[in-house]
Amino acid sequence: MKKGLFSIVIFTCIAMVLVFYACGPSGPETIKIGINAPLTGDIPKVGEGTKFAAQMWLEDINAAGGIEVGGKKYKVELVIEDNESKAESAVKANTKLITEDEVLAIVGPQSSKQAVPAGGKANELETPMISPWSTNPNTTKDRPFVFRGCFLDPFQGPVVANFVKDEFGFTKAAVLYDVASDYPKGLAENFKDAWEKIGTVAAYESFTTKDSDFSSQLTKIRDSGAEFIFTPQYYNEVALIVQQAHQLGWDKPIVGSDSWGSAETVKLCGKDCYGLFFSTHYAAAGATGATKEFIDRYKEKHGYVPDDVGALTWDAMRIVQTAIENTGELSGDIKKDRRAVRDALAKIKKFNGITGNMDFTEEGDPIKCAVIVRISDAGEFEFYKSVCP
Amino acid sequence: MTKGRAGAIVLCARLYKESGVKSMQLLQNLINALQLGSFYALIALGYSMVYSILMLFNFAHGDIFMVGAYIGFGVATGLIALAKMGALAMPNWLILMLTVIFSMFLTSFVGMFVERVGYRPLRDAPRASAAITGLMIGIILETGNLILLGAEQLSFPSLVQTATYNLGGIYITNQKIMIVALSIGLAFALHQFIRRTKWGMAMRAMAFDYVVVPLMGVPLNKIGAMTFALGSALAAAAGIFYGIAYPVLDPYMGVLFGWKAFVAAILGGRGSVVGATLAGFLLGFIEIFVPMIFPSTIRNFIAYSIVLLILVFRPHGFFGEPYSARLRL
Repeated sequence: MKKGLFSIVIFTCIAMVLVFYACGPSGPETIKIGINAPLTGDIPKVGEGTKFAAQMWLEDINAAGGIEVGGKKYKVELVIEDNESKAESAVKANTKLITEDEVLAIVGPQSSKQAVPAGGKANELETPMISPWSTNPNTTKDRPFVFRGCFLDPFQGPVVANFVKDEFGFTKAAVLYDVASDYPKGLAENFKDAWEKIGTVAAYESFTTKDSDFSSQLTKIRDSGAEFIFTPQYYNEVALIVQQAHQLGWDKPIVGSDSWGSAETVKLCGKDCYGLFFSTHYAAAGATGATKEFIDRYKEKHGYVPDDVGALTWDAMRIVQTAIENTGELSGDIKKDRRAVRDALAKIKKFNGITGNMDFTEEGDPIKCAVIVRISDAGEFEFYKSVCP
Repeated sequence: MTKGRAGAIVLCARLYKESGVKSMQLLQNLINALQLGSFYALIALGYSMVYSILMLFNFAHGDIFMVGAYIGFGVATGLIALAKMGALAMPNWLILMLTVIFSMFLTSFVGMFVERVGYRPLRDAPRASAAITGLMIGIILETGNLILLGAEQLSFPSLVQTATYNLGGIYITNQKIMIVALSIGLAFALHQFIRRTKWGMAMRAMAFDYVVVPLMGVPLNKIGAMTFALGSALAAAAGIFYGIAYPVLDPYMGVLFGWKAFVAAILGGRGSVVGATLAGFLLGFIEIFVPMIFPSTIRNFIAYSIVLLILVFRPHGFFGEPYSARLRL
């Protein structure tokens, strides 16, 4: 009996501490913006870039005294949630941001694996969400509340295919991708469709997330007669795939997509990745104007050149800011305000970002140029050429 | 009879030819499978040993493998820094050997600590409680690492300059040879230790009956701790080899590998050293050879269906016996 009572007391204490901890102060004069990012998990560098870019944006806003809507200045607060690079955690993070933190809008998640399911939740709960980096069409499809800040895979697939044809004149391709993740799977299919108009796909191999041994698939690819490998994977897998391919005697090109564009890729992959090409959103080397300003500021503060995720997040934050300013007035009723922000977002037709000029379609998708980057012999991302729709 | 067998061989040969599998590819995959199997074998040994002594599976073992890899990373980075500063002039192979030895030594303490904190207090508790302590310790090790070192992946230093040899179309690296040879060597050393030393004899006795044998003066606590230490040391070796073969370390790397090695331990027959080693290699072979014939999309589906089938026909694994029928180690 005594023991039971003791347990109940302890349990109640823990519960109360947690409840009080969760109830922070919140004034009506602040605008809350949710950030849903992979701070831990498979691609923590992506989460870090998101967080740093969003915080830089917040600094600017605070320096200006807040966001001005209809002649009134509102303070801004960022609520940053970790989605552990998992689909289910991203949905949970969105639900928490919307129902508990009562954010006005959400920026993120970054990868399509999280953005596709999380976008569904945001749309269902009628909260505007903009994913800076998700290129899979399903993220925004038939979802009036969901937007994005980057080009789509049906555009990126042909960009890579045409680049390889023009640059190397190859006809036989091999594809290696993660079948359990939305982004690589979708892009692999888009690339395959585009390539089949140019040549043949000699090998179409897959693996599942968290695999680290690709020797069996790579052996099959090597013996298939393919002239290059296209692998739309994240930076942690790129390092393993490229190194293992070389160890199996592969000496032909390996081509990638925008998921390669992380500051970590070369660090993990080393010399094996030198000389390889991938398509992406922007190239840091040789940037000018506002883009250069952003890069310099980021580099000074965090010690490395921001990757595409950082730049795209910056643009997404500014798009959200523009939309909030364009609403003209905030009523204080969160549901009504969310709807107003969504309508303002949908009305933005043109936007000049640091990752290029965007024209928005009806679906909330921008039309913008892609960049082909070469990893130089010093391990830097070099601008190679630009491809516009 | 002979005619039937000849017919079967002809049929097999035809199937083999028609499947379009080249013999070169077969040999290449044999080498790939040996490397992958080495990791499973080394980790499975730890599961198996602990089971035979204490009759429970240490579900934190996959994470001890992860800790071993990180300790290996730390030791290797430290030694390389020392060598660079000129404090100790060491060739790379010596650094590698020292890294393996030091990391195995240090990780064995992690194993003993886990046993002392998570298992010894629960020795008389219900089996289910002891099983979940392993899961909890595993999560604590993962998140502890996350807090300590952050979420960023680490790149394991390349201790061995990769040399790729081309043997008539089959590519093999010096790393692969080293990993497979050292893994088999370590498994053999463990086998000899259990067979030939007094401590090994105590382990075998304990595996026979861990209730009665301590009454005859064999210290259960010491043997238990030693078993965890040995298993963890092997996991550390696997961690370093993993770092050399797949040089991207992250705090969750032990989860999937741990599960698969656990499958190998069961497949080999719970508590059997030889069984765990062979089953580890077998699992590597199945995982590598399945995508050679089937589309790689259904690799795990087919691979683990095969494992399931084997268990249906041999529920005690290859070398396992029904409960306590004879010495298991």
